[in-house]
Amino acid sequence: MAVAVVQRIRLSYSKYWYAYAMIAPVVVVLGVLVGYPLVRGFYLTLTNATSLNVGRQIGVNHIPDSFDFVGLDNYADVLWGPTAYDRFWSHFIWTVIWTAICVLLHYSIGLGLAMLLNRKMRGRSLYRLVLILPWAVPTFVTVFSWRLMLADGGAVNGLLSMLHLPEPGWLSDPLAQKCAAILVNTWVGVPFMMISLLGGLQSIPAELYEAAEMDGASAWQRFRYVTLPGLRTVSSTVVLLGVIWTFNQFAVIFLLFGSGAPDAQILVTWAYRLGFGQQPADYAQSATYGILLLSILIVFTTFYRRWLARNEKANG
Amino acid sequence: MSAAAELNPKDHDQAGSPMTLTADRPATEDAKPAGRPVKVRARGESSKLASVLSHGTLILASLIALFPVLYIAYISLGPDDNDYLHPAKIMDKATFANYSRVLSDTDFLSWFGSSAIVAGGTTVIGVLIAASTGYAVSRMRFPGHRQLMWTLLVTQMFPIAVLIVPMYYILSNLQMLDSYTGLILVYSATTVPYCAWLLKGYFDTIPMEIDEAGRVDGLSPFGTFWRLILPLARPGLAVAAFYSFLTAWGEVAYASTFMLSSSKYTLAVGLSSFVSEHDHQWQLMAATSVLIAIPAAFVFYLVQRHLVTGLTAGAAKS
Repeated sequence: MAVAVVQRIRLSYSKYWYAYAMIAPVVVVLGVLVGYPLVRGFYLTLTNATSLNVGRQIGVNHIPDSFDFVGLDNYADVLWGPTAYDRFWSHFIWTVIWTAICVLLHYSIGLGLAMLLNRKMRGRSLYRLVLILPWAVPTFVTVFSWRLMLADGGAVNGLLSMLHLPEPGWLSDPLAQKCAAILVNTWVGVPFMMISLLGGLQSIPAELYEAAEMDGASAWQRFRYVTLPGLRTVSSTVVLLGVIWTFNQFAVIFLLFGSGAPDAQILVTWAYRLGFGQQPADYAQSATYGILLLSILIVFTTFYRRWLARNEKANG
Repeated sequence: MSAAAELNPKDHDQAGSPMTLTADRPATEDAKPAGRPVKVRARGESSKLASVLSHGTLILASLIALFPVLYIAYISLGPDDNDYLHPAKIMDKATFANYSRVLSDTDFLSWFGSSAIVAGGTTVIGVLIAASTGYAVSRMRFPGHRQLMWTLLVTQMFPIAVLIVPMYYILSNLQMLDSYTGLILVYSATTVPYCAWLLKGYFDTIPMEIDEAGRVDGLSPFGTFWRLILPLARPGLAVAAFYSFLTAWGEVAYASTFMLSSSKYTLAVGLSSFVSEHDHQWQLMAATSVLIAIPAAFVFYLVQRHLVTGLTAGAAKS
């Protein structure tokens, strides 16, 4: 008995030792390069740091930090201060709309294409190869291409004029800018969803469909009661990742509009602009936006997971 | 609005319609005169109309996926700055002059070298440490494994705006500013969380018995991981490598903040420095973009066979 206990402890000790050794590199890298910056970033939100008063090195002279601790003033100012609507809430609303529309389009187009690719047909692997392409080419290359295509007189408006449709100023008109951003991000994001869902579809046993067909289930019923439940685990993960990635989608909007288009800026690009795109750079405000963004995502994820768990229970 | 957005409802129709046809078919078959052999169609095969529709949709989607990539390659052949405004005129004067200018008159090759070092380093280091973490979480129930996965998920949510300034200070304190090592570590920190999730999911699909067999044969846990599990996890590793490589190859914000000397610029930074230098010479940017996309497409081609299996395991078993 006692020997067994000792042995179990030794076993678990050695097991844990190996486990901790194996996760150590990741923990160290993330701790130093993500954990500490996060703490420091949070500290900056409690100060009035700008690029004029943080410590820096000029030649051999070191100029020390000279910013002050201001408590929660930054948060109060961002959320309730004068012009808070223009600076925060309008971007917040647009970010939420942007995330919802993009993820919905990613998911539904991705699922539609995955279902087509899941059928036995000629040329299936070629289609798959081509359809993943938007993911395989670096974003700044494809967004640059879209920028040329969306320019006045570019390919998109050329096509629209051929069809005798109105030609909006994609890169200059505020509403058209938003549509252009959603269009480009949809194009960029569909392949990931499509491939993940395709794998999910392939893992649904064919017997389930056969059984459903035997029972006389219609196509819609098979989709609703076999396909969707079979995809539940894959979907819940990719939708969560999709929401997080789209919410923080920096590259598409930044590369598409550069420093123009104040209306189309989502929170993350707006925060970047405050911290880097203006002189003097307002590090404290920029970090405040960042912390608010993070809090929104954590709250969302917590509710999302709770909702998933409840659904899981309800569906057995 | 956009063609891509309009695709959406259509997809659903067409994904649904072939099934309806398959289901309706037996009824029409019954009505036919007896004696004629009844064609039996296996599941997954489809009628002619359905297959025309799905080929049509897939071809349209493929064109939309391909067009921007082909478009920029086409624009890169036009010799003048304004050619992108009149794409039709490029046909008559297409030339590779932009490519020779980019290759001979700019630092393209040195940027390319930097990008290759950084992306290669990120891929190797990021995938290795993500794999060992994924394995530990998948196989060993150590205290804190749940919190670790949760933390990895949360790090996905950190916006770059919070991290970039403090990261700059840390790198400068560690003397790693303007060094490849620094940038490789920063990129690893951004790719590792997703890769570890993905690989953990993939390892979960490999039966425990293989580990046990390895342990019985006298391998240490590291040995089991290295000699038995890693070779089996090739599809997962391929996807993780692809993701890491692409992230590092195409990243702009960190690279332009942390790389200070122009000899160490990566391609993405070099490309943006190029705009101001040549004052919006779009045709040169287009040529450079195509050159940048080629290695990425090559890596993609190497791993694409594994993408479906590799990605899904990570999503299915979270």
